Amino acid sequence: MTVIFLILAAITIAGTAAAMSLRSAIHCILALTIGLVGLAALYLLLGAQFVGFTQILVYVGAVAILAVFAIMMTQGPGKTIQPILSTNWPAGILVAAAVFAILAWAIRSTPAHSTPTQPDATVNQIGAALMHHYVLPLEIMGLLLTAALIGAVIIAMPEKKEPQ
Amino acid sequence: MTPDTIDQIFVITKHWLLGYVPSALQPIVSAILSVVPILVLFPLLFAITTVLERKGLGRIQNRYGPNRVGPYGFSQPIADGIKSLTKEDVIPRSADQVVHFLAPLLLVLAAFLGYAILPIGRNMVITNLNAGLLYFFAIGSMVELAVFMAGWSSRSKYSLLGAMRAVAQMISYEIPLVLASVVIIMATGSLSTVAIVEQQAHYTYSLPHWFVFTPWGFAGFLAFMVAATAESNRSPFDLPEGESEIIAGYYIEYSGFKFALFFLGEYLGMFATSGLAITLFLGGWSAPFSFLTWVPSYLWFFAKLLVLICIFIWIRGTLPRLRQDQLMNLAWKFMLPMTLINIFTAALWHFMPAGILRWLACTALLVIPCIALSRGLKQGKKLQVRTYRFAE
Repeated sequence: MTVIFLILAAITIAGTAAAMSLRSAIHCILALTIGLVGLAALYLLLGAQFVGFTQILVYVGAVAILAVFAIMMTQGPGKTIQPILSTNWPAGILVAAAVFAILAWAIRSTPAHSTPTQPDATVNQIGAALMHHYVLPLEIMGLLLTAALIGAVIIAMPEKKEPQ
Repeated sequence: MTPDTIDQIFVITKHWLLGYVPSALQPIVSAILSVVPILVLFPLLFAITTVLERKGLGRIQNRYGPNRVGPYGFSQPIADGIKSLTKEDVIPRSADQVVHFLAPLLLVLAAFLGYAILPIGRNMVITNLNAGLLYFFAIGSMVELAVFMAGWSSRSKYSLLGAMRAVAQMISYEIPLVLASVVIIMATGSLSTVAIVEQQAHYTYSLPHWFVFTPWGFAGFLAFMVAATAESNRSPFDLPEGESEIIAGYYIEYSGFKFALFFLGEYLGMFATSGLAITLFLGGWSAPFSFLTWVPSYLWFFAKLLVLICIFIWIRGTLPRLRQDQLMNLAWKFMLPMTLINIFTAALWHFMPAGILRWLACTALLVIPCIALSRGLKQGKKLQVRTYRFAE
């Protein structure tokens, strides 16, 4: 357990670190994908199959592809050299330290005896909860996504030319 | 030996072998014993399929096909393998070396990972995942990334065009693919492939309870197969690698063994999706008649797989390639609404009492929208039969 966790954690951290430091934008996205897959593997290690596979399906299958497509459409295959350190790196470090401090404080202040027993959340249970208890939020989400889809189609539709 | 022993012979052999291994090593050895046959069997099937496909296409196109190497040309895959191993591996100078190297590996890896949840026989599955179907579709999305990596890293206009076409096509057809399999999840109430097959392995009057023998199952099967053809970039959806337009698409800059790996990955993906179609709609490893259950279950799986492969070859030899706009129109304007209607039909089937009325209502609910939709899409287009003139 711990050995596998350490390997996966190393892969995740290496992937995300590379995503921040590589020079070509496409390389950054591919490295970020490694980090996201490592995160999905960590979820699987915790026994959360649904979250793990959804992580791969959504982040690798949709988000990474979308980002890659956007870059391919706008930049072309030429190399782009960017400076590794952005000009406002002190502010970045400050924000990162603040987030880390809050998270560390939250973890520290959690009583140690409340180590959660691993919940046995199967896909069946998640599906039942979504369809019974959380059906209204699910429907609202569906409506929102449908509206977004229709909006995207309307934006992409060719405009009718006015007869002159 | 009883039929049951022959059916379970591989499972029994594996347990017998595991008995000789110390218990600390048993999980690893068990995994290896399950994975290695898959790694051997399906590439072998790929080799057989290439020669079958070339001979079949030759028949359809009124020529011989390969007939020089070995008896009836059936040793052609060996010659092809040696050829691709000994060829020079050319990498374009401006290519992105690392990504160019990783793309074929990722493609083959993703293609192989799909087999982890396919039950190829009774008690013969690598892992019975609780979320098996979700796993399969998640792995399938990694193929798109591999295809993009191949096309982008080659730094060639043709390969970039091919990658863009391939990714657009795969994203579009993933939606009907998933929606077509949703009806099975509704019917069985499970995402586990093993449970799905077991629910179909029952018989009434010696006829099986396969999902393809229901109106929604049949429509779902057709939609699934069309989407699977598009997902595996096969004709008539082979625009990403259309030879007459963009030469070989995203793998144009690959040579030697890497090219063979792309070929392998593509066929492995096709086998895996066909295997999933068999698992979902055609009853997996179950026999087509109750009096044939003595035939080992794995033989049924591979028999069904070979039939589907033959249909793929037949379609490839018969249909011309689609145009890009026709491809997208088919996915978004026809298959997406039809699969949504199919989900509704499956729900209706579930709540209506069994009988002839249920059959009539569900069939009508599928056939009438199908005809209406095709009529509607045809309007405003001047379609006519193209006449060809051949040399006499």
